[in-house]
Amino acid sequence: MTALLEVNGLSVEFDLKDGTVSRVINDLNFSLTAGQTLGIVGESGCGKSMTALAIMGLVPMPPGRVADGVIALAGEDLLGASESRRREVRGNDVSMIFQEPMTSLNPVYTIGDQIGETVRLHQGLSRRDARERAVDMLRAVSIPAPEKRVDEYPHQLSGGMRQRVMIAMALACQPQVLIADEPTTALDVTVQAQIFDLLKELQEQTSSAIILITHDMGAIAEMAQRVVVMYAGRKVEEALVDEMLTNPKHPYTRGLIACVPHLEAKPSEERKVLTEIPGVVPSVAELGRGGCPFAPRCAEAMDRCHDEMPPEIIAAHDHKVACWMHVMAP
Amino acid sequence: MLDACDGAVMTDTENLLEVRDLKVHFPLPKTNPFASAPKVHAVDGVSFDTKRGTTFGLVGESGSGKTTTALAIMRLAPITDGSIRLNGEEICLLAGEPLRQQRRHMQIIFQDPYSSLNPRLRAGEIVRAPLDQLDVGDEKIRDDRVAELFRLVGLRPEQQALFPHQFSGGQRQRVGIARALATQPDLIVCDEPVSALDVAIQAQILNLLRRLQEEFGLTYLFISHDLGVVQHMCDDIAVMYLGQVIEHADRLSLFGRPLHPYTNALLSAVPSADPALRDRADRIRVSGDPPSPIDLPPGCRFASRCPFAEDRCRAEEPRLRLIAEGHQVRCHLVTDDGSPPPHLAA
Amino acid sequence: MMISDKPARPDKQVAIQVERPWLEAWNMFKKNRAAVAGLIILSSIIMISLLGPLAFPADPFAGAGPLLSPPGERGFLLGTDQQGRDILVGLLYGSQSTLMVGAAAAAITITIGILVGALAGYYRGWVEEVLLRITEFFQVLPPLLLAMVVVLLFSPSIVTISLAIGIVSWTSTARLVRAEFLRIRELDFVKAERAIGSRNARIIWTIILPNAAPPLIVSAALSVGVAILFEAGLAFLQLSDPNVMSWGYLISVNRPQILEAWWPVTFPGLAIFITVLSVSLIGDGLNDAFNPKLRQR
Repeated sequence: MTALLEVNGLSVEFDLKDGTVSRVINDLNFSLTAGQTLGIVGESGCGKSMTALAIMGLVPMPPGRVADGVIALAGEDLLGASESRRREVRGNDVSMIFQEPMTSLNPVYTIGDQIGETVRLHQGLSRRDARERAVDMLRAVSIPAPEKRVDEYPHQLSGGMRQRVMIAMALACQPQVLIADEPTTALDVTVQAQIFDLLKELQEQTSSAIILITHDMGAIAEMAQRVVVMYAGRKVEEALVDEMLTNPKHPYTRGLIACVPHLEAKPSEERKVLTEIPGVVPSVAELGRGGCPFAPRCAEAMDRCHDEMPPEIIAAHDHKVACWMHVMAP
Repeated sequence: MLDACDGAVMTDTENLLEVRDLKVHFPLPKTNPFASAPKVHAVDGVSFDTKRGTTFGLVGESGSGKTTTALAIMRLAPITDGSIRLNGEEICLLAGEPLRQQRRHMQIIFQDPYSSLNPRLRAGEIVRAPLDQLDVGDEKIRDDRVAELFRLVGLRPEQQALFPHQFSGGQRQRVGIARALATQPDLIVCDEPVSALDVAIQAQILNLLRRLQEEFGLTYLFISHDLGVVQHMCDDIAVMYLGQVIEHADRLSLFGRPLHPYTNALLSAVPSADPALRDRADRIRVSGDPPSPIDLPPGCRFASRCPFAEDRCRAEEPRLRLIAEGHQVRCHLVTDDGSPPPHLAA
Repeated sequence: MMISDKPARPDKQVAIQVERPWLEAWNMFKKNRAAVAGLIILSSIIMISLLGPLAFPADPFAGAGPLLSPPGERGFLLGTDQQGRDILVGLLYGSQSTLMVGAAAAAITITIGILVGALAGYYRGWVEEVLLRITEFFQVLPPLLLAMVVVLLFSPSIVTISLAIGIVSWTSTARLVRAEFLRIRELDFVKAERAIGSRNARIIWTIILPNAAPPLIVSAALSVGVAILFEAGLAFLQLSDPNVMSWGYLISVNRPQILEAWWPVTFPGLAIFITVLSVSLIGDGLNDAFNPKLRQR
């Protein structure tokens, strides 16, 4: 299958106030095919959300800029495209769901207006048709009584309902790629489960590709087929989900999986001490120093790790990792 | 006739905390001058005991009343009715100086490490404040104690001179823990202590809390919506829904044999990295959102979302019944010998 | 799937940077050039008002030369007014009372505002209800009329004028303080204070108030400017201490001759304008200095 979205050698730079330049995304590669869900995991400050913004063409400029790389949608280079072409793509072919459904909806317009706005803009629908489409979309995201809800304002809806509206808005133009940036972090687990089911169902119908950005390995396991682990703006590991969960190679991935107390169906009396990843994510100003960025927090770091950036190697079938431990000694 | 939850627990010295029929109702502004003011039933008759040196978990989604319960026990939320005994002493009715003195025995760790520390005070002053306010020891003892607390929670004593914004989220939470430990309290309420932290930092804080518990025999009241964390931390767990406890059991029973449909729904909803758990056939899904805590439905509060609800569930409110040793459940469909609702068992 | 127990390389022991918040605020303030200019101007005005009368010992009310002599002529740098009084001497002596009234009235405004706002915001309930009604009462009265009544009831003097201005202008400060208290009292660190047994007085004055200080300091600076304008207004209406020279008084007595002689009115007006402007610039700089969002950059 050919790739629907291809990200190649993507680098994003930010000017810091002291005049230096920081690479918040560094040489990032991944691709996804139609109907597939790609998970991107990492702690906050790892560049997950910036990757999403770069694909959307929404990197704040200045102080940021896409310094290098290719983002291609169905073979069309988006980074080289004109701003008007990008606007056409944004919301139409590629759309995004944000973390916070409270602030992502405009409180002074009805939800029908907000969903309809997108289709009127991109597909030139009339006001009446747009409203009809909005009702259809609300029905599609399982909002009860959509004909009534379409005229309500965001504050009249619960958090879960608002996130459904966000999804309805994002899907109104039947995008080829949907980027979901921590779409359920603000929601309760039972509502999160509903949203995940909904996304999977809609994906089956429309065969859009989804990029799911999260810090929760469980959510990745539920939703994604493929997963990219990011650290300090770099991809440190990429594999199919089950391979990643059963056979993680990078110490950071292993830490991310082991530091969370996972729910067990039959808990035992004994409780292990959780694995800790010491320290914190490097700040923007600390990026781009020599060596593996994870080395200061890594329990297995060797001298080489502190001095030289490890190359990405293929550690197993369809499993890439950037770690010196897995590089054969020359 | 005794209510099951009243009969189930006898006062004994093993229990540090005994909560009986706790109610916190918040009045809302009147909409109709002739009707009585509507009330939010944030906590509506909660009872439980916490054994010394153990961790008691309160689980539930937003609006379940778990945090209000915790704040009421800390005497930081107004109590409408009920009884709270700490070390056998009734603290519901305390006020003024006696309440102030009682505070040295109970402390709280907050969820948000950013808003829980006064941005204008240095970390050392923050940790020292409880000692100053409650007149613990003399100057020298307080200085030593603060330095000791910093070491205990994994901070360096010279970091006392820093302001909160100079710490990372995890470090700030450590400062909050040091403050809670300062007066050597018996009970520490942990209100979602790791939900605001990055995944990789959560483990550091959870391990620290467990280490401190072992070292000092602390008793925790642990509030969380994260079932994985609760399973890891708690010995006894009460699941709350709309202000009520709907299931209450020890850790192994609750997670090994959950009886209430809501507990099952919660457990099913947790996304799992474990394929065995993920593809389980008996995962149940609930639809919709909880009803408003202002206009409560007449029957079981979960009936509107319960996939198994019958007519009886919508008409008659179930009691919290003792099903097995230490396992209570509030559901009509669970049989007396402890079988889950028939559809669930299938 | 376990990570080995070997400890990670310990963090480099970063030297502790002890912060001094006031020093940082000063550094932020310094970056605002207009504010620094305002500070320099205001300091100069204060210095002149203190030293000027010593340099020109004279009675500001006594005629010193010909009537309405234009500026720069006959040794009168700023000219004389319709009674032959030296405008420069009038400005120098008048600056003292003008600045004093400005500072005192602002102090009264802020004090009443903090007291009412803090108690209403912290205690809520009937305390808030009563204090809010009182605040509203003062808000709906026309301030100038109320101030005139106060000044007329007691004979006009610097004290009564300051009091009058303070009494009519505290309401907006009270509302600001109350809003800040309502916000801050819900933050977890205030709950934490209650949990460690702090008494209400400590929570109000040493925990919440310092956190409410940034907007309050800005508002205090601005209320100095407002008070100076107000004082000028009262003096213009002949409601000032007849025995004390002030800028407003100079404008007021020379207003009828404004078409024949522009200077006796213009120079005091300019003095008021510059003073109020410098105070506003300082207020703007204080806003920068205490706004934590700006400090992050």
